[in-house]
Amino acid sequence: MSDFLRDYLTVGIFGLTGVALVGLLLGLGSLLRPTRPQPQKYINYESGVDPVGTGWGQSNVRYYIFALLFVMFDVEAVFIFPFATRVDAYGWFGLIEMGIFIVVLALGLLYAWKKKVLRWV
Amino acid sequence: MFALDPLFSGTFDGAVFLIVLAKVVIAFALLLVSVLFMIWFERKLHADMSNRLGPNRAGPFGILQTLADGIKFFFKEDLLPDRADKRIFILAPFLSLVPAFLVFSVIPLGGVFTAEKQGIVTVFGRETYVQLADPPIGVLLILACSSIAVYGVMLAGWSSGSKYPLLGSVRATAQMVSYEAALGLSVIAVVMLAGSLSTHDMVMVQAGEGFGGILPRWNLIATGVVPFVIFVIAGTAELNRPPFDLVEAEQELVGGFHTEYSSIRFALFFLAEFMNTVTMSAIIVTLFLGGPAGPTFFGPALMWGPIWFASKLFLFLFMFVWLRATLPRFRYDQLMDLGWKVLIPISLGWMLLLASLNVAGDAGWNTFVVAGAAVLIGLVAYLMLAGAIATSARRREQAELEGSIR
Repeated sequence: MSDFLRDYLTVGIFGLTGVALVGLLLGLGSLLRPTRPQPQKYINYESGVDPVGTGWGQSNVRYYIFALLFVMFDVEAVFIFPFATRVDAYGWFGLIEMGIFIVVLALGLLYAWKKKVLRWV
Repeated sequence: MFALDPLFSGTFDGAVFLIVLAKVVIAFALLLVSVLFMIWFERKLHADMSNRLGPNRAGPFGILQTLADGIKFFFKEDLLPDRADKRIFILAPFLSLVPAFLVFSVIPLGGVFTAEKQGIVTVFGRETYVQLADPPIGVLLILACSSIAVYGVMLAGWSSGSKYPLLGSVRATAQMVSYEAALGLSVIAVVMLAGSLSTHDMVMVQAGEGFGGILPRWNLIATGVVPFVIFVIAGTAELNRPPFDLVEAEQELVGGFHTEYSSIRFALFFLAEFMNTVTMSAIIVTLFLGGPAGPTFFGPALMWGPIWFASKLFLFLFMFVWLRATLPRFRYDQLMDLGWKVLIPISLGWMLLLASLNVAGDAGWNTFVVAGAAVLIGLVAYLMLAGAIATSARRREQAELEGSIR
């Protein structure tokens, strides 16, 4: 295993510790807690009245558009991070290239703004 | 090229494995203790700020209250709703808590950050950093974990098969996703100055003195104002803490995404929330306030790293409680506007400004001229945008007015 991967090994061990902690707490809980089933207990909470319809209603498409916009900016960040670590090495070429890239994406955001996608009413 | 943890550069023997295990245990214990402390501290401080006593029965100053609550959670009946998607319902707490855990692994906790020591300590004759791991992509790991945490919230709400959790989780997803973008973009300024994604290198860059020895070298102008403020705001929103706690607005959504969770499963979400608060404060300290780096006064120099780290961390924990006690909740459309129309454009603009200054400085141009020109361009763009918005608002009002007359 290379030095490079060994650092991630530590992260992995820590992650497994976290999983083990959650598992342990859940296991301990299932040993200690009482279970006295009654059908009424397993009804969804809807402010005290019987639930109406299913819980999985249709959501507004608005959420989906925000998720799309997020993907746009997250992909942008993926390109900006490598550039940011080596700004000096890329020099003017990198700066102008990144400037054009960001302006194009900013235009995308402006278009979404103009189309009133960002209005949450 | 990368300054990897020197622990792994030699042979991989038993001593190394022991050190890794010891680090895992220490980091684990530290994190859990600080989370338990934070829960107590928040309740006590919030009580103080609203003129109440707060927990004061269990232990001195009620400090064992969290433990008592935790034990009580174990003895409560666990309810799994009939309509729930069982497997995902059980999976969701894992997805919430484990990423919160993982973030802590890249936080530098101590060490002497001078030019010769480089934050390296010697344990059992092996050199290592006082941080669990220092992967070369530390910052990306932090961002990735906060992205995965969104899954925990979203799946918890969806799998409940109930209305309040679904609404809460949908809100949470949109909010966290929006502020995630601002969070990532504001970190870029820090990355640019450090020239690296490793958290250890970032602390190293910020160690020492700046401004003629009066202030620490925290890049106060480049990152200390704009990216810092954006990061703190976006971080608060990412944590779903007040004033951005629309996700679990009690008056509208009951408990939000964890309405259907009970017993220890609920406790896990609660734990994850406070763990995220602690780790987010630790991230802020690492990225903007130099982490454990600071001046040393008396005694061994090694002692001061953790002291500085803990006191800076405490400052932000206090700030988060203070925000909760002081500010009313945002309205949802205001929240979205702030994220998309203010924070993201500003952080993008600031990043371009810093990059231009950096490149122009290398080319030997005058910094002030470049900064002035960049600010001027930004101002013109802002005025044009503001003008366009005002015009469209006026037109819309005009149209509505004409419509109402007819």
